[in-house]
Amino acid sequence: MSVSYNDFVIRFANVNGSGSASANSMFAKALFRMGIPVAIRNIFPSNIQGLPTWFEVRVSEQGYLGRREGVDVMVAMNAETLVEDIASINPGGYLVYDNSKPLAKTLQRDDIIEIGMPISNMLLSEFTDPKQRSLFKNITYLGALTALLNIEFDVLTGMVATQYKGKDALIAPNIHALEIGRNYALNYLDAPLPIQVKRSDQVGDRILVDGNMAAGLGSLYGGATVCAWYPITPSTSVAEAFELHANKLRIDEQSGQKKFAIIQAEDELAAIGMVIGAAWNGARSFTATSGPGLSLMSEFLGLAYFAELPVVLWDIQRAGPSTGMPTRTQQSDLISAAYASHGDTKHPLLFPATPKECFDFAAMALDLADRLQTPIIVLSDLELGMNENLSEPFEWDDERVYDRGKVLNAQELDEVEVFGRYRDVDGDGIGYRTYPGTHPDKGAFFTRGTSRDEFAAYTESPEIYERNMQRLLRKWDTAAKLLPAAEISSSAERVGVLYYGTTSLPIPEALDLLAPEGIRLDTCRIRAFPFGEEVKAFIEEHELVFVVEQNRDAQMRTLLINECEFEPKKLVRVNYYAGLSISANFIHKSISEYYQTNKLSRLTEVQS
Amino acid sequence: MTFVVKPQTHHPKLPLNEIGLTRRDYEGSVSTLCAGCGHDSVSAAIVQACAELSIPPHRFAKVSGIGCSSKTPSYFLNKSHGFNSVHGRMPSVMTGANLANRDLYCIGVSGDGDSASIGMGQFAHIMRRRINMLYIVENNGTYGLTKGQFSATNDKGSTSKKGAPNLYEPIDLVSMALQIGASFVARSFSGDKHQLVPLIKAGLRHKGIAFIDVISPCVAFNNHQGSTKSYEHVRQYTHNVVNADYIEEHDEIIADYLPGTREDVAMPDGSILRLYKLDEAYDPHDRVGALNYVQRHQEKGEAVTGMLYIDPLAADCHEIMDTVQTPLNELVEEDLCPGNKVLQSINDSFR
Repeated sequence: MSVSYNDFVIRFANVNGSGSASANSMFAKALFRMGIPVAIRNIFPSNIQGLPTWFEVRVSEQGYLGRREGVDVMVAMNAETLVEDIASINPGGYLVYDNSKPLAKTLQRDDIIEIGMPISNMLLSEFTDPKQRSLFKNITYLGALTALLNIEFDVLTGMVATQYKGKDALIAPNIHALEIGRNYALNYLDAPLPIQVKRSDQVGDRILVDGNMAAGLGSLYGGATVCAWYPITPSTSVAEAFELHANKLRIDEQSGQKKFAIIQAEDELAAIGMVIGAAWNGARSFTATSGPGLSLMSEFLGLAYFAELPVVLWDIQRAGPSTGMPTRTQQSDLISAAYASHGDTKHPLLFPATPKECFDFAAMALDLADRLQTPIIVLSDLELGMNENLSEPFEWDDERVYDRGKVLNAQELDEVEVFGRYRDVDGDGIGYRTYPGTHPDKGAFFTRGTSRDEFAAYTESPEIYERNMQRLLRKWDTAAKLLPAAEISSSAERVGVLYYGTTSLPIPEALDLLAPEGIRLDTCRIRAFPFGEEVKAFIEEHELVFVVEQNRDAQMRTLLINECEFEPKKLVRVNYYAGLSISANFIHKSISEYYQTNKLSRLTEVQS
Repeated sequence: MTFVVKPQTHHPKLPLNEIGLTRRDYEGSVSTLCAGCGHDSVSAAIVQACAELSIPPHRFAKVSGIGCSSKTPSYFLNKSHGFNSVHGRMPSVMTGANLANRDLYCIGVSGDGDSASIGMGQFAHIMRRRINMLYIVENNGTYGLTKGQFSATNDKGSTSKKGAPNLYEPIDLVSMALQIGASFVARSFSGDKHQLVPLIKAGLRHKGIAFIDVISPCVAFNNHQGSTKSYEHVRQYTHNVVNADYIEEHDEIIADYLPGTREDVAMPDGSILRLYKLDEAYDPHDRVGALNYVQRHQEKGEAVTGMLYIDPLAADCHEIMDTVQTPLNELVEEDLCPGNKVLQSINDSFR
């Protein structure tokens, strides 16, 4: 039988709160440490204990990080979901299960291989503590998997030693549980299986980290001093990451006091109000939320837009509308973020695709908000934010200086003949501001959400109001030039594909699946809104552009049509929105079918 | 409102404060509120208090929400930055502002609609966080800008201008502030400058949250017979329990002129808050006692005024959080950014 290496999907089906998450993470981390690219997806319920949860690891020597449909190895540890779990296994795949209770005949499939192990029974004689018996089930199947999949055992035992450093009493029983599983597999099962892992060099210097951790860390490096937030999945860990690192890295050496302030606000309205107040008073500040929080923040976002205050807002998107599926991923807040608030309001958006980009955009967003004096909304999602993603390592240029934008200090105010907060002195639509308390006589002004003139005085003059609104559009044009450009890869094909954020993950694989069918596409990964000239050119230069995104209503496509007035027919929607992350198979199928239905010419036809 | 433009010059013999400024240096633009509005008296009291404290006018930060009261930061302290935010959200904006720069004197002005209805959540939470600020509610029991609807502080049975009675229980912000943990709680009346000005001074110097509920009649919509927030009613039914005089180190101590039992409260900055208790049994350091007292009198239809509760040593939010003494908005790259070497070791922790 031929053996395949480093190319499978394994899924663990567990009960939420049973301690499976740490065992499953160790599994993924062990492969990562063997140099094998892994993509981790924790598919968890909105629940603390008892509901089903799945943990999926895609193992891919080619480095495909998107989700792949189907499961090759199912570790079925949840009786409640056994039926669907067994049904999801690809023909020829493996079912690993606890046969302390025999598998019901009705559940058996001829086209898969059953690997039963008496996990509960084995632990019964080995451990007396019922809690340990339960927790070590996870460790035991992990041990068995090292034999079945040929995972280097010392990598795992090394991880156990590091994980329980300081709690040494836990090391021996954990390793013992690993050995119970491993020895059973070696003695009684056909181990290793024909699908295996083997040490690789495909990881390189990459790191394994979740996007929210990167966002919190990037905010710290970017100089944020105030964080105000309200708990909401899947954004909570952004603020927690900031706090975690700030407590280590932002403590004044002499006094032991904190060089940051974090407030868990009473709601999202208060969270963004605090961010706005801090920004008004010259501190870099940010908040993190998800869809429902974004809705609540809308009024304040309009104020910050019109009163021109820097705000950095992370929206870790989840499946809406309303409470939707709060622990599932989507890219469905684009329109509500882009045009958040009443009146003619619009906000720059950033679309990170990797933890590295979360880190970079976190610091960049603080600069952009200060420079543009407006809210910057970073649209991440649950897939990126809460799963450990393989990422390029973080880097910081020690020469880098924060761009605090146009702020006048006391001396500069003395040198200015006339100060008008909203005068467009430089022609880029951005005025000069001052922080409260700067100067005894000059530079004080009233910040307000009402209409005002160049000198911040209240006015209802039609001319002045219109002039101000026009200036805000000039600022919008300035924003388009400052925001990160799209990543474009062009081989002068006639058809292109456009995507953003985590939809980028399955794209390389989707292109590889399309290529044999003679479908070759140029690619454009959008990284910001408003769109740069390069995005407009990309669409103009192609006959047809697929817009791939994870929402029902093709929100990016709407933004493109709305802002750039493209012919809608030219932008073909490819939308996945069922809450799991979009797969290469889905993209492949959608585009392939479109070619077929519309009889689009393929490369092979052109060549023949 | 008046259309008279304020003169730029002032009388050469206006008294100067400790830093050589006159009261005019603490004024704002001309008010656009109705003639006789209680809020204008509050603004005047703020001007007087700030001038007497000799704090440089640009060292204040003024924040408000939406409503008549929230317009007033335009009418005092022209040399300081002001922020007219959104309805009911002054507390959150002020919280952020205070986190960014702990050295500024923060004045938040709000109204009864702003604080007791739409912004009740934020009112409650800024009290419990003890942001170092003076929080003034100009309480007139009505929505003036939208033409006279009842607000949540309006007393049950009090009538509208057209004679319709208010059917619902009132919210008492003083009781709430006491209950939630404010370290300085007072009530006053816009028509009683002698009581109000020392309270504002003490509130500004108090470290932590200082809340003053100022009953401030609305001459347009809530000053008629049947209203419990009219000038006439308030003068008749207030129960003054503790008067206060605020004495800074540089102040000349004048002989006691106020009636009541005297008690000096030492403030952390060396100044003295001199209290004159009209009811000898009243203890302004007893939070629960104060709450009981206020509510018992409220049952009788009386609003208790004066310096109701003070804990001069209470910690403010910065102390609770243990932030550095330097204002956060003055920290620069070398204070804030740990650098690439540290980052590389963080990378290693993700491998």
